[in-house]
Amino acid sequence: MGSRSSHAAVIPDADSIRRETGFSQASLLRLHHRFRALDRNKKGYLSRMDLQQIGALAVNPLGDRIIESFFPDGSQQVDFPGFVRVLAHFRPVEDEDTETQDPKKPEPLNSRRNKLHYAFQLYDLDRDGKISRHEMLQVLRLMVGVQVTEEQLENIADRTVQEADEDGDGAVSFMEFTKSLEKMDVEQKMSIRILK
Amino acid sequence: MLRAALSLLALPLAGAAEEPTQKPESPGEPPPGLELFRWQWHEVEAPYLVALWILVASLAKIVFHLSRKVTSLVPESCLLILLGLVLGGIVLAVAKKAEYQLEPGTFFLFLLPPIVLDSGYFMPSRLFFDNLGAILTYAVVGTLWNAFTTGAALWGLQQAGLVAPRVQAGLLDFLLFGSLISAVDPVAVLAVFEEVHVNETLFIIVFGESLLNDAVTVVLYKVCNSFVEMGSANVQATDYLKGVASLFVVSLGGAAVGLVFAFLLALTTRFTKRVRIIEPLLVFLLAYAAYLTAEMASLSAILAVTMCGLGCKKYVEANISHKSRTTVKYTMKTLASCAETVIFMLLGISAVDSSKWAWDSGLVLGTLIFILFFRALGVVLQTWVLNQFRLVPLDKIDQVVMSYGGLRGAVAFALVILLDRTKVPAKDYFVATTIVVVFFTVIVQGLTIKPLVKWLKVKRSEHHKPTLNQELHEHTFDHILAAVEDVVGHHGYHYWRDRWEQFDKKYLSQLLMRRSAYRIRDQIWDVYYRLNIRDAISFVDQGGHVLSSTGLTLPSMPSRNSVAETSVTNLLRESGSGACLDLQVIDTVRSGRDREDAVMHHLLCGGLYKPRRRYKASCSRHFISEDAQERQDKEVFQQNMKRRLESFKSTKHNICFTKSKPRPRKTGRRKKDGVANAEATNGKPRDLGFQDTAAVILTVESEEEEEESDSSETEKEDDEGIIFVARATSEVLQEGKVSGNLEVCPSPRIIPPSPTCAEKELPWKSGQGDLAVYVSSETTKIVPVDMQTGWNQSISSLESLASPPCNQAPVLTCLPPHPRGAEEPQAPLHLPSDPRPSFAFPPSLAKAGRSRSESSADLPQQQELQPLMGHKDHTHLSPGTATSHWCIQFNRGSRL
Repeated sequence: MGSRSSHAAVIPDADSIRRETGFSQASLLRLHHRFRALDRNKKGYLSRMDLQQIGALAVNPLGDRIIESFFPDGSQQVDFPGFVRVLAHFRPVEDEDTETQDPKKPEPLNSRRNKLHYAFQLYDLDRDGKISRHEMLQVLRLMVGVQVTEEQLENIADRTVQEADEDGDGAVSFMEFTKSLEKMDVEQKMSIRILK
Repeated sequence: MLRAALSLLALPLAGAAEEPTQKPESPGEPPPGLELFRWQWHEVEAPYLVALWILVASLAKIVFHLSRKVTSLVPESCLLILLGLVLGGIVLAVAKKAEYQLEPGTFFLFLLPPIVLDSGYFMPSRLFFDNLGAILTYAVVGTLWNAFTTGAALWGLQQAGLVAPRVQAGLLDFLLFGSLISAVDPVAVLAVFEEVHVNETLFIIVFGESLLNDAVTVVLYKVCNSFVEMGSANVQATDYLKGVASLFVVSLGGAAVGLVFAFLLALTTRFTKRVRIIEPLLVFLLAYAAYLTAEMASLSAILAVTMCGLGCKKYVEANISHKSRTTVKYTMKTLASCAETVIFMLLGISAVDSSKWAWDSGLVLGTLIFILFFRALGVVLQTWVLNQFRLVPLDKIDQVVMSYGGLRGAVAFALVILLDRTKVPAKDYFVATTIVVVFFTVIVQGLTIKPLVKWLKVKRSEHHKPTLNQELHEHTFDHILAAVEDVVGHHGYHYWRDRWEQFDKKYLSQLLMRRSAYRIRDQIWDVYYRLNIRDAISFVDQGGHVLSSTGLTLPSMPSRNSVAETSVTNLLRESGSGACLDLQVIDTVRSGRDREDAVMHHLLCGGLYKPRRRYKASCSRHFISEDAQERQDKEVFQQNMKRRLESFKSTKHNICFTKSKPRPRKTGRRKKDGVANAEATNGKPRDLGFQDTAAVILTVESEEEEEESDSSETEKEDDEGIIFVARATSEVLQEGKVSGNLEVCPSPRIIPPSPTCAEKELPWKSGQGDLAVYVSSETTKIVPVDMQTGWNQSISSLESLASPPCNQAPVLTCLPPHPRGAEEPQAPLHLPSDPRPSFAFPPSLAKAGRSRSESSADLPQQQELQPLMGHKDHTHLSPGTATSHWCIQFNRGSRL
């Protein structure tokens, strides 16, 4: 415990981070601990290299994209608030989130919309707000086993895009993306319990 | 002789009630000399009775379901128990003694395994493992809690003097009783909850608990029983420790046995490629072997079979053939349903036997209250603890349903019957109490849980169609969560699941699945495949009427789904754990739509696969050729798709000439059929979105495409006559609607300008792959060459028949004479303005820099000479060369 409280002092403007992300004190401490563990050279920020050294991420088909999501706009480093901000998407939705925060603030980071948006931008590599057929194909290539031929993959991609595409522009916009998942319990499926 | 025959008839009719009375008679009269007719009841008695019981139970089920009202209110299990009571009463009245008990041996060895296997095999594994923590808690802690509190409370009741002193039982006896009465029963839970349709999480928790608590029940029961038999004085401290240890041995051992057999089963099915027929049998045999092995080693048999079913399913389903899958599914469901029916009926019958039980109101009432109370208390306490760790907490309503859904059943009854009366003097009281508890929970709680669930507005399970997007994104989410857990440095559930999946992919699947199955066994691919199958089915299901709506809609695409899905597709969709196998639903829904049925009929006449026997003698009992059946599946699908596309086309293009006259010549028609079939995938409209459907099926079979195409060509010829008739009818039926419709909105259906990849590799296209397909301005469709030839041929065949000018011929001849041949880019521009009022769909022929030189006089002759090319029809309109490579532009706007 003693060591933990010393950490609390280390976290710069912990309060504003907590307000923004909604993390509890304990979670924040835990994340900060992890942040410092990942930051090997004690440089105060994380580089791509730091995240790439996490072993399991290398085998994750989306690992690269998820690492990339920590570095918005091509920046080379992520500081602790940025690190926490990304992880805040995965905070479980609690009742008080929906009740209290709505009127005054922008949506909390862990709202359904933001969770979906996080997933969406993993698909949307060129950041044009649309998942094109090509982008869909790339994701599918990562997800589907190598045993499915390229051509079958193309068919699947075609169909997937077509299924969600409502305005007929051959790409999936965020609206359409949201719509195609409206029946899914995204709040639950995009949350990790320990990140309360 | 006649008398004998009559009595033979009378026996089965008399049913169960009469048999006991006949039994003494039948062997009674030994006739002298050679018998013409011999009565050998005693030789067949046992199997005969078994068959009769099952028959009676099945008939009873049929009778129950005659009235929808009754079964919607009363769970089947209640009805069966009541029926059992009545039958038992009759037997008792006739035979003066109770017969046909629910024997524990029969129950555990024969009746229980199919039910457990069914539930384990069809358990939604993802859901199960997602909630494994909660399930295990309720199963282990909950059952222990229930057993000890109930036993102790009953003992307290006795100490307080509320139980009659006749009931001679000590603390250990009550604990023993508590252990057997405390376990939630899988059979009862399944029977009731399957009809209630609560949400999946709730269902899997209650049901999973009922399956997994078997280990605890078995251990508790055995430990308590041996303690009772040893006498409480002789129980050492080490025995308690052994009891605790045996809990682990029994549960983990049972699970291990199950997994070993699951592994064996999966491995075996990998090598059944040449003996497909044995696949379903293997599934049942090895699962049953798992059960018996666990039972033999006095491990938890239920756990073993559950794990076996759960573990093997993925690999077995991938390995065995499609038909075997269906067989396994139906057989499993049939056996389970059968066993369940018999169990409930025998429960009812057993309860009648008053010699076995003795009543004590205090004990009965006390037990009832305690099990309800402690169940509720246990659930609330455990849920409170669990909710600290759960992402989605279980709310109060869930807890109410979970408490109330703790049904007791035949397992408790069988266990209490197994008690040794000499060691447990209060056995009769326990039996009576168990019967009352079982009846109360199954009948009263079973009856009321449905209204309760409705009243509490428990979240129901929603059935929604799988979509590719959902499937894909779900996988994405899984990977994202696993990655985030990595980043956070917390090795939680997602991390381990990801690990497991990688392990499975790398080693297990490689080892346990055959190559071919492994190749296509990807979930996203699977969903994709199923969606396409469904589209095809629903197309056939919807018959022609899809074509009449403004656009073809695919039911699998929710956003455009304007045509309500009919029940066939709904039914077929529930491939997994769905319990609704009632094929009659199809009939009831379809009835009353006579007109559409007629269309449907004709569509099917044309589209159904007609097996060809001449290639293969498929009478081998040991071998079902995989090729044959796969090809059959594919051909059915292919035919459906062709039919679908073709009829779509024909409604658009062929309206006029099919209207009033019978087709004059079969050859012409056949040609068109063949060509149109071959071209099926090319004429697809983009908006309608089924081009990818067609594309799929073709891609799936891309490996065998070459041979495939040959055979299906032959096929077509065989079916010719029927197709001919069918098409005529369906076209006529659809015609009115379609043509009206087309006039209203001419432009929205544009044929896609680009061939899909599957198209490119269609074998029948291979010869013409280089043909130019003209893309014109927006109102113009690309019509591939073969279709044009087909079209031309049909027209020409009509013309040759109606050589005296009919009202179509003039139209054709007066088609604009401008030199369309030369500049094909201009053609589309001209076309919309062409006034052709009476001919609905006149093709304008654009020739790719080629001119045709045939005159109309050559026409019939040419047709004879080149029936396969079939490209001559409008030659009098536009002279050109007789090349077979023509391109045509059908202009939709010009129809108006």
